[in-house]
Amino acid sequence: MALYSEKVMDHFRNPRNVGTIENADGVGEVGNARCGDIMKIYLKIDDGIIADVKFETFGCGSAIASSSMATELIKGKPVSEAMALTNKAVAEALDGLPDYKMHCSVLAEEAIKNALEDYYSKHPEQRKDE
Amino acid sequence: MRIYADNAATTKMSKAAIEAMMPYITDIFGNPSSLYSEGQRAKEAIENARETVGRCIGASPKEIYFTSGGSEADNQALRSAVYEGKIKGKTKIITDTIEHHAVLHTLKKLEKEGFEVVYLPVGKNGIVNADDVINELDDKTCLVTVMYANNEIGTVQPIRKIGEACRRRNIVFHTDAVQAVGHIPVNVTADNVDMLSASAHKFHGPKGVGFLYVRKGVRLHNLIEGGAQERGKRAGTENVPGIVSAAAALEEAVSDIDKNTEKLTHLRDRLIKGLSEIPHSALNGDLKERLPSNVNFCFEGIEGESLLLLLDDKGISASSGSACTSGSLDPSHVLLAIGRPHDVAHGSLRLTLGENATEEEVDYIVSAVKEVVSYLRGFSPVWRDLCAGKSKFLL
Ligand SMILES: Cc1ncc(COP(=O)(O)O)c(C=O)c1O
Ligand SMILES: [Zn+2]
Repeated sequence: MALYSEKVMDHFRNPRNVGTIENADGVGEVGNARCGDIMKIYLKIDDGIIADVKFETFGCGSAIASSSMATELIKGKPVSEAMALTNKAVAEALDGLPDYKMHCSVLAEEAIKNALEDYYSKHPEQRKDE
Repeated sequence: MRIYADNAATTKMSKAAIEAMMPYITDIFGNPSSLYSEGQRAKEAIENARETVGRCIGASPKEIYFTSGGSEADNQALRSAVYEGKIKGKTKIITDTIEHHAVLHTLKKLEKEGFEVVYLPVGKNGIVNADDVINELDDKTCLVTVMYANNEIGTVQPIRKIGEACRRRNIVFHTDAVQAVGHIPVNVTADNVDMLSASAHKFHGPKGVGFLYVRKGVRLHNLIEGGAQERGKRAGTENVPGIVSAAAALEEAVSDIDKNTEKLTHLRDRLIKGLSEIPHSALNGDLKERLPSNVNFCFEGIEGESLLLLLDDKGISASSGSACTSGSLDPSHVLLAIGRPHDVAHGSLRLTLGENATEEEVDYIVSAVKEVVSYLRGFSPVWRDLCAGKSKFLL
């Protein structure tokens, strides 16, 4: 059995939404180089919708794939839906991750939420709307 | 095209090793402990192998005990030496921080059993200071264990000097020579070694076979109890095909050492030179005192596993000391021991060349690594911060 599913390898080899967004509406960064994985998420939000999302990741194959998949799952979605993203959903969308790599999906969920929190902190009125 | 550059992990079996093994899988299948001819022929083959192995490392056949590999040899050597020491009231063990886990984990257990273990730090070049070892030697010391060559960064340790000091004080000296035997000249007599571990799959022999050298006069305790095999010191029906094959592999490897060393050293240095062109990178381990096949680098701003996966896609098999590749939280204890910070240690790459490697392959590896490192840096937030001056380059 291969280490990773085909889906993981696809998102690792061809990561979606790689890059940064200038003047992003929300930026989130989680993890640290000490533990080996860092994810940074950039959000562009229009009318409560994730109009664009980009990521940068320092980390292993599953960290890169998880970031890529997480951005795909929230792109074009309402902020409230993005806020409900779970690491399980990320892992499932990747056809599963090895047990000891589940932390990568957790990091992806946290990075998205961290970026959304940043957005909310700049736009407190939006939070009430939810 | 595939380039196998992970020969420190394991090696491909040589033709000689495969051919030597065949008759003992097919016709000469007898149990070496049996009296009839199939058994006796198998027994003879083992004894011939023992002689060959002994000759290859400067030992006599009676000093060689076949085991299931390097790990078992390490376990038996350490436990034997310290239990023997304990009988005489000696409970101090001296080692270093870059040993293989077969040694380090055994020592952790022995600490729980009441032994005191001194872990000497290594220099930034990954080499143990022999004088540090010598200064620690005292009347309580029952064992010194220092590896011959490190499996990650390839550094070759001052074995002869340490051995000499131990011999003078009559302290048992063990060396894990799993990465050295068959690759660089090893002679237990000249090196003043009392116990030495080796493993066949590291020198083009089969997996699951190794040996422990124990100098005549040094007591050996059993790890495995049972039948009288290996002169009563290691029970269990012998792995006849494996043992015969291991000896054939070693004989060939040792006879080719000079030729291979010259060739590999040239390729290794070419690889080091090429990879050094990558900005913010550094070679791990001493430039000179290292195995002829070993290259180990850290690249700042990237993580090792993703590097390995992309190199695999480009046909290159390599390894890394990143935490993610080992399934643990911490990166390689060896890289941390030579002073690499966690962040940098995660971005390590070990390339261990095979004797059939070519300049073209080395050049291809260099260009592939350059490409992959710069691709990964291109979307690494760590690299971005470094380039933006938000954090400081360490390499
Ligand atoms: C230095 C060192 N010691 C011990 C071992 C263990 O040898 P084996 O795999 O034969 O148990 C290895 C191999 O990984 C090694 O490199
Ligand atoms: Zn990871």
